[in-house]
Amino acid sequence: MAASLESLLDLVRAAAAARTPLRIRGGGTKDFYGNTPSGEILDTRGLQGIVAYEPSELFVTANAGTSLRELEAVLTERGQMLPFEPPHFGDSATVGGCVAAGLAGPRRASFGATHGGVRDFVLGARLLDGRGQLLSFGGTVIKNVAGYDVARVLAGSLGVLGVIVEVSLKVLPRPLAETTLRFELDQAAALVRLNEWGGRPLPISASAWCGGELFLRLSGAPAAVAAARDILGGTEIVGDGPWTEIREQRHVFFSGDPPLWRISVPSTADVVGFGNQQMIEWGGALRWLRSAHPAAEIRAKAQTLGGHATLFRGGDRSQGVFTPLSPALKAIHRRLKAEFDPAGIFNPGRMYAEP
Amino acid sequence: MLRSECLLTDAEDTRPYDCDGLTLYRQLPMVVALPETTAQVAAVLKLCHELRIPVVPRGAGTGLSGGALPHATGVLLSLAKLNRIIAIDARARIATVEPGVRNLAISEAAAQHRLYYAPDPSSQIACTIGGNVAENAGGVHCLKYGLTLHNVLRIRGLTMEGEAVEFGSHALDAPGLDLLPLVVGSEGMLAVVTEVTVKLVPTPQLARCVMASFDRVEDAGNAVATLVAAGIIPAGLEMLDQAASRLVEPHARAGYDLDAAAVLLCESDGTPAEVEEEIFRISEILRSARATRIQVSSSEAERLRFWAGRKNAFPAAGRAAPAYYCMDGTIPRKHLGGMLKAIQAMEQKYGLRCPNVFHAGDGNLHPLILFDDGDPDSVARAVAFGVEILEESVRLGGTITGEHGVGVEKIDQMCSQFGGPTLEAFFGVKRAFDPSGLLNPGKVVPTLHRCAELGGMAVHAGTLKFADLPRF
Ligand SMILES: Cc1cc2nc3c(=O)[nH]c(=O)nc-3n(C[C@H](O)[C@H](O)[C@H](O)COP(=O)(O)OP(=O)(O)OC[C@H]3O[C@@H](n4cnc5c(N)ncnc54)[C@H](O)[C@@H]3O)c2cc1C
Repeated sequence: MAASLESLLDLVRAAAAARTPLRIRGGGTKDFYGNTPSGEILDTRGLQGIVAYEPSELFVTANAGTSLRELEAVLTERGQMLPFEPPHFGDSATVGGCVAAGLAGPRRASFGATHGGVRDFVLGARLLDGRGQLLSFGGTVIKNVAGYDVARVLAGSLGVLGVIVEVSLKVLPRPLAETTLRFELDQAAALVRLNEWGGRPLPISASAWCGGELFLRLSGAPAAVAAARDILGGTEIVGDGPWTEIREQRHVFFSGDPPLWRISVPSTADVVGFGNQQMIEWGGALRWLRSAHPAAEIRAKAQTLGGHATLFRGGDRSQGVFTPLSPALKAIHRRLKAEFDPAGIFNPGRMYAEP
Repeated sequence: MLRSECLLTDAEDTRPYDCDGLTLYRQLPMVVALPETTAQVAAVLKLCHELRIPVVPRGAGTGLSGGALPHATGVLLSLAKLNRIIAIDARARIATVEPGVRNLAISEAAAQHRLYYAPDPSSQIACTIGGNVAENAGGVHCLKYGLTLHNVLRIRGLTMEGEAVEFGSHALDAPGLDLLPLVVGSEGMLAVVTEVTVKLVPTPQLARCVMASFDRVEDAGNAVATLVAAGIIPAGLEMLDQAASRLVEPHARAGYDLDAAAVLLCESDGTPAEVEEEIFRISEILRSARATRIQVSSSEAERLRFWAGRKNAFPAAGRAAPAYYCMDGTIPRKHLGGMLKAIQAMEQKYGLRCPNVFHAGDGNLHPLILFDDGDPDSVARAVAFGVEILEESVRLGGTITGEHGVGVEKIDQMCSQFGGPTLEAFFGVKRAFDPSGLLNPGKVVPTLHRCAELGGMAVHAGTLKFADLPRF
C-alpha cells in the first residue's frame, strides 16, 4: 500500500473517531459545483499514477489523484479516449474528481458504443469508506454482475459515500474520422431536427445549439461520416468546431453574470423558456439557461418537462443547488449514507443539506 | 387482493415454479402470487412485509443462477402477468413497458418505427425485461450497444414495504445519487421492478457477418484482442470451439468449419459504405491473425444462418447430454486462448465434456459442462468443474459472473472474489433498500461466517449484522 494511501486511511479513521467533517478534494477545479463544501481538506493528489492500461482490453485503472489531462494524453497516444469526454474546468482536474462530479461532455448523447455518461464507463473502483476501510467494487472487465454495482454509483456521488482512491474506466478507440457541420435554425426548429436525426442511424457524436446556430459533430468510419455529411447538408466547419469551448464552458455563452442553470430533460421536451439565453446540447436532452428567474419557477418548469434543474454556477445557493428528492428516494439515500459513512464525515451538505 | 386463479397453493400448481433455468436447485414455495396490476403487487408486498413473509420476484424463470429459486416459507411473486407495453414514443426513441414484457416483444413492437431494443440475450423470446434488469442481461450486440444498464433510462419499482420508488428519468440523468446501476443487476433483492423505460436505437441499414476458422484456439483468442486493439468495435464478436461447432452443426446447419479448432463470428453494421469498409478491415486483421478460412455473409439469410448455430448452442447442449451446466465467468480477452486450454485439462480431470461458446468480444465465457443429472457423482463432478472455471476466471483478473448473476449458484465463489469489508458493504446496500431483509433473502451475498467455513476468508469479529442464512 502506498504511503499516501496509508496516511489517508489514518486521517479518515481519526476523523471518524472525532467526527471531524472532511472535504474531499482533488485539483479543486469543481469547487464551484454542488453546494458549498465545508470541512478539513482531504487532498487526493497524493494518490498518483496510472495503475494499469491495456489498450486491447479497453480499460484504464488510475489512482484518484492522477491528472485528468495526463491520463487523456496517455490514451490519445494509443488512439483511445474517455468516451464521456469529461470537462476539466481547469488544468489541475483529477481522475477522482472527474468521476465524483459525474459530469460528461458533448459526446454524452451519441449512439452505439460511444453513448453514455460517466457511470456507463466506470468498471470498478476502490473506495475508502467512513470506517477507514478499503472496499473494492467491480473490476476491469466489461461484463461483471457479481455483487451490487457500487462502483457506478460513485459517478456523480460528490464524495458523500467515501473517498474514491482508484478507478477503472472503460476506454474506446478514437473515431477514425470526425467533422463538424453548422446550420442556421431557431431553437424550436433545431429541437425538431435533432430529434428527427436521432431516430435515424447517423453517426452524430455531439450537438449544440446557441443563438440561432446549430453545430453537429459526426464521428466514425470515414465512409459513414462522409455519407452522413451528404445526407445532412449544412456547412462543414474547418477545424475542430466549438466542442472544447463548450465542454470547458469558455464559450461566450458562459461569460457574464446571470446564474447558470443546467436543465436535464427528455430530448423531445419543449423549449424551456425564461428568455433566450440558452444553449442546447445532447440532442435536446441538456438545456443550459442563463436566468435570474426564481429557482422555484425554473425547477417547476423543468419538472413539468419531465426533468430537473441544477443551479450550476452563481445565483442564490442558500436553498441548495440540486432538485430535492422524493421521500422514498430520500430515505434510501439517508440509509445508504449511514452505511458507508456512519459518522457523517464526508463532504457534509455538498449534495443535500441533510444526509 | 388477487383473483383466486392468481394465487396458487397446491403443490401440483406451484411445481412449475420450483426452479428457474438452473434446475440443479429446486424448492417449492409456500404460495405463488400472480398479480395483474402494480397496485396488486404493492398490496402483496405490504401484506408480506407486515406478516414478515419473504418474497421472491420472478419473471420468466429463464435465469441461470437460481435467482428466482423460491423460498420454502415465502411467496413466489410472478410479474409475468404485468405484460403490457405501456407506450412507444418513436420521436423520443423510448419504450415504456411493464416488467413481464418479453425482451423480443419490445423490438417487435418498435420495428414499425425502424427502431429496436439493442440488448439481445439468447433467451430473448422468453425472458422478461424485469428479469433482464434484475440480471443486467447481455447479448451478442452488447459490445457495441451496451448492456441492459446502458439501455435503460428509468425504472419504477416498489420497495419491500410496497412503497413506490423511481430510479433514473426520461432525461439522461436525475438528481441525487445515481441508484439505477444498483437496481440493475440487483437480482430482485433491492426492489420489485414494475415499469421500465428503455432506449430504442435506429435499426442499422445493413448488417453482415464474417465467419473465420482457426487451427488453434489461442490464435482465435489473439485475433479477438487484435481486432479490438486495432480500434474496431464490431456489432457482435462471438466464438465457438470445435466441440461446440460440432454440437450445433447437425441441428442448425450453419455451415461451420468442423475441422477448425475455433470459429469466430464477427458482425459489422451500419450504412452499406461503412459496413464494406469495416468488413474489409476485419478480414485483413483476421487473416494476419492466422485465420485459415474467411467467409462473409452475402445475404441476410446467410447472416442469420451463421448466427443460428451460435444461438442454438444451449438447446444443442441439452440434446447432447441428459443435462448441461452453463458457466458465465468473464476474463480479460487476452486470456481466452489460455482459458480454453485450461478447460480442456479440466475435462480430463473431471471426466466430463465441455463445449465452449464465448461472447468473445466481452471476454464472457459460456462453457457448457455436459453431465448426467440422474447420477449424483456426475452432478458433483459438474459442480466442482464449474467452481474451478470460476476460480480460474477470478485468478486471471476477471469475475465469476458476466451476465447470469450470482443467485444461489455462485454465492460461495463471492468469497474468493471479494474481501470481507466489501461483502459487508453489500449487506449495507441491501439494508438501505430493504431494511427488513425480506426481499429475495439468502441470495447473492454470502455471510462472512459462510466464507470462513469455506476457508476463504477470516471473519471480522463483532461486525456481522445479518443472521447466518441457510445453505441451499
Ligand atoms: C437458453 C438460455 C439462454 C440465455 N442466454 C442469455 C444471454 O445471452 N444473456 C444473458 O444475459 N442471459 C441469458 N440467459 C439467462 C436469462 O435468460 C437472463 O438472466 C434473463 O434476464 C432472465 O429473465 P427472466 O425473466 O427469465 O428472469 P427470472 O429468471 O424469472 O429471474 C431472474 C432474476 O430476476 C429477478 N426478477 C425477475 N423479475 C423481476 C422484477 N420484475 N423485479 C425484480 N426482480 C425481478 C428474480 O428474482 C431473479 O433473481 C439465458 C438463459 C437461457 C435459459
